Amino acid sequence: MSGHLLPGTTLRQRTADAVADERLRSNVARAVDRFAGHRLTGLAELDDADELRRAARAAKQQVLADLPALLERFADRVLDLGGHVCWAPTAADARRYVVQVVEAAGATRVAKSKSMATEEIDLNPALAAAGAEVVETDLGEWIIQLAGETPSHIIAPALHKDRHQIKDLFVDTVAAPPSLDTEPTELVRFARERLREVFLAAEVGITGANIAVADTGSIVLVTNEGNGRLVTALPRVHVVVLGMERLAADWRQADLLLALLARSATGQRLSSYTSVVTGPRGQGEVDGPDELHVVVLDNGRSDLLAGEHHEMLGCIRCGACLNVCPVYRQTGGHAYGWVYPGPMGAVLTPLLAADQPEAAEVAGASTLCGACMDACPVQIPLQDLLLSLRRAKAADAGGAERAAWRAWSAAWSDPRRYAATTRAATWGRWAADLAGHLPVGRDWATGRTMPRPAGERFRDRWRAGL
Amino acid sequence: MRVSLLITCVVDVVAPDVASAAVRVLRAAGCEVTCNLAQTCCGQPAWNAGFADDAARVARATLDALESDLGDGAEAVVVPAGSCATMVRVFWPELFEVAGDHDAAARARLVGERTRELSELLAERAGHLPPLRLGRPVQAALHESCHMLRELRIVDQPGELARRVEGCEVVGWDGSDRCCGFGGTFSVKLPEASVAMADDKLESLAAGAPDADVLVGCDTSCLLHLQSRAEAAGRPVHVRHLAEVLAAGLPEEEAT
Repeated sequence: MSGHLLPGTTLRQRTADAVADERLRSNVARAVDRFAGHRLTGLAELDDADELRRAARAAKQQVLADLPALLERFADRVLDLGGHVCWAPTAADARRYVVQVVEAAGATRVAKSKSMATEEIDLNPALAAAGAEVVETDLGEWIIQLAGETPSHIIAPALHKDRHQIKDLFVDTVAAPPSLDTEPTELVRFARERLREVFLAAEVGITGANIAVADTGSIVLVTNEGNGRLVTALPRVHVVVLGMERLAADWRQADLLLALLARSATGQRLSSYTSVVTGPRGQGEVDGPDELHVVVLDNGRSDLLAGEHHEMLGCIRCGACLNVCPVYRQTGGHAYGWVYPGPMGAVLTPLLAADQPEAAEVAGASTLCGACMDACPVQIPLQDLLLSLRRAKAADAGGAERAAWRAWSAAWSDPRRYAATTRAATWGRWAADLAGHLPVGRDWATGRTMPRPAGERFRDRWRAGL
Repeated sequence: MRVSLLITCVVDVVAPDVASAAVRVLRAAGCEVTCNLAQTCCGQPAWNAGFADDAARVARATLDALESDLGDGAEAVVVPAGSCATMVRVFWPELFEVAGDHDAAARARLVGERTRELSELLAERAGHLPPLRLGRPVQAALHESCHMLRELRIVDQPGELARRVEGCEVVGWDGSDRCCGFGGTFSVKLPEASVAMADDKLESLAAGAPDADVLVGCDTSCLLHLQSRAEAAGRPVHVRHLAEVLAAGLPEEEAT
């Protein structure tokens, strides 16, 4: 297992740090409002978006039910086409294979297009350690790389930064002229010129995969900048890191998922570039890599598939749940502590980073408001999954919190004891007893006044005759 | 129609006026109200925190009380809180199943089928209500609470009822359907994020409904959360449960 769940930090510290950053909050809120608005506009074009969501959910469930067979079919097709397939049970296996490929190619320059799977396996440091210079070519991901950060959003990695911060970063890290305009078109022009050199020089291109089509052995990449196409067309070697659940059986299913992916992410009917890579360059073809390697990444997914949270593997990584989440809106993505943020991250982190003790509490980063479930294009029951993960954590919970709930349930399971504990004279003492187990009062008082018991309960009024 | 009132613990202890108002309005709508004081709490705080056994232990007491009222001739359970109504109707069966109490789960399903959130029931019985009028006109901004909106899909009823009150102008705003940041134990486990969410909600209210006199909702817990934050931040807001707004509009003789 890998990734970077910040050791020694707590979810509370991270969220507190995030919300203390007013600029971050305002950048995130502005960005997610834009995405969420576009999504609604994009879905409104469809005759029946919910029907499409139901169909997509059914398709993903079918895929997950058939996953071993689909993966075999997909791998066979890739091999038939002349590609290579690596089954990577763990992040370390995946890293090792990719490093080997890069070393065997004698490559020193690697161009990447945005991939959360490669974030998950912490690929870039491993490549750097092997002596390769790795450059992220998605604009947002490049910004993050220059800043030495991790993505704060799964489709817009740098959405927590505004254009002024990005210009300053370009000046500080890649010698952009201080006179560089902060207009987005100018920032993009600067990045494009720099990145074009990278595409032309790279010996190896590394991508993730939005969808892998089993029938044809194809990899589908969705980008808005065309960097996916350049990364797969120009370098001599193309390595795909494929999360093993990202399969579609055939193009009919792929079409269904694509119809929802772009709309849910950005409101587009299709993203500006939808690139399909089917095998390495064939005879008579003018571009494409000599070598194609597909790393099929498990990294905990088989366990997830076999367990009660398997529906989470239906996630198509559109980011819609992040964009509507009121918690994410305040904290951005880094507060979640690992690779995947927002509601999908609050579910995936405890499952995929289960070896890290700090992972389980991330399921607490939700008020269970349900906005994520309404937005999810494949109708993953995120709230139910979060509740289940909280139960799993509670089962392991020791001491203080368990004792507090025990004391509470012992009292409130009995109407007489409920009445006794809520009587005005005793309420304060009982609440203080509970608060001895949990610092409830102090934490509520973080920026809020304490609601006062009314003195006379409704039940007293009722008994007295109302 | 006879209805059994699930008071809810927050209303019982912190906001009894809400339940009193609910009773007055229900009676004005032609309901006979019963209230079984063997009830305690729906168990939601523990359920959402992952402590299903403790939640079930508490919820069972309330299930017994409501079931008993339904057995004694009440036609419906009415709840002046969208969140607690959701707990009973949507989550109780699962809660009892998880806790291994299949008998209670089956009983909870039957109780759940007959449970109505207050505005839902009142909207069904709106024709029975007398004309409602406020002595002093107010502009009310409606907070749409999460579970009511996205689990029970109760969308229009609170606004429809508030609009029946002469002198009550109802305004919507961008962000009225966004979570207030309470979330039960979320509010004390991640208090800084919770407060930031409340601020966001209050800012959107100030921006989108700048002339509102009162923030009206159907969940006392959300309203108290927002009120507590607004007070601490030195920008107090006036909050009222929908039941209180409706009760204030009742003719004098029925309001007493």
